[in-house]
Amino acid sequence: MSSIEERVKKIVAEQLGVKEEDVKNEASFVEDLGADSLDTVELVMALEEEFETEIPDEEAEKITTVQLAIDYVNANLN
Amino acid sequence: MPLADKVCLVTGASRGIGAAIAKRLGEQGAVVIGTATSETGAQAISTRLTEEGVKGKGVVLNVTDADSVASALKQITEEFGVPLVLVNNAGITKDNLLMRMSDEEWFDVINTNLSAVYRLSKSCLRGMMKARWGRIINISSVVGAMGNAGQSNYAATKAGVAGFARALAKEVGSRSITVNTVAPGFIDTDMTKALSDEQRNTMLSAIALGRLGQPEEIANVVSFLASDNASYITGETIHVNGGMYMSQ
Repeated sequence: MSSIEERVKKIVAEQLGVKEEDVKNEASFVEDLGADSLDTVELVMALEEEFETEIPDEEAEKITTVQLAIDYVNANLN
Repeated sequence: MPLADKVCLVTGASRGIGAAIAKRLGEQGAVVIGTATSETGAQAISTRLTEEGVKGKGVVLNVTDADSVASALKQITEEFGVPLVLVNNAGITKDNLLMRMSDEEWFDVINTNLSAVYRLSKSCLRGMMKARWGRIINISSVVGAMGNAGQSNYAATKAGVAGFARALAKEVGSRSITVNTVAPGFIDTDMTKALSDEQRNTMLSAIALGRLGQPEEIANVVSFLASDNASYITGETIHVNGGMYMSQ
């Protein structure tokens, strides 16, 4: 089983159509990875699916970078 | 075949315009899922589709019930795949002059004709987003544009679905998903048979082509919008009313 970090990065790469090596921890989805508002919604939905969880809107808004996504999953899983 | 093996979901496919749409999409090669509110209705759709040589089946779906929508969508997706064409056709009328209209008449029509479009579109959108292709086609009415005494509830929903389509078209255009509205005029169906002779004659005299429309004439436009031939049309309302009402 890959680590949460690897799984998050894989999803980000898939959803935003970028290379996995470009998905740095500090990368911002909008500013660095070229995501638009619809991309970020899709990304959150993909994370929800992968980790079988529901991310409330007010939390989803705060997930703006790869690291914040990893942190959210780590904090809210298990 | 323009719609070869595309899964198309048509709500309210038991009769009238919905039945004609289901048939026409099927003739274009689509896998057609037609919805009805009862098990008998769904069975009748399945039988009819089979007789017409169309792939697909009838399913039970109450468009006003979120759980029913979710379970039907799950069943369809497991059996046939994700619907990439959604035709929001199911509709009812509960006519009354506003002064006499009950809350029930108002909210029933809003729920079936407008809120259902929200529910169904939201449920199908995820699959369309993933596919980077989709078609949502709402069936409105000429009444939504020109108004009709005794139909304030119905007219509000029919204007509402067109506005909904324009907004959603802007949200999801970047994913090659188009959202359009077809506004039929006076079509020869059970719904218009409910009108009195006087109402019928008044309406006929206002139609440039001098006759009622047939359900197939609506279905032709829907199947065009569903096809790749209509790939650059989105957020649009297409009036199909024989010249009864001409928008600018």
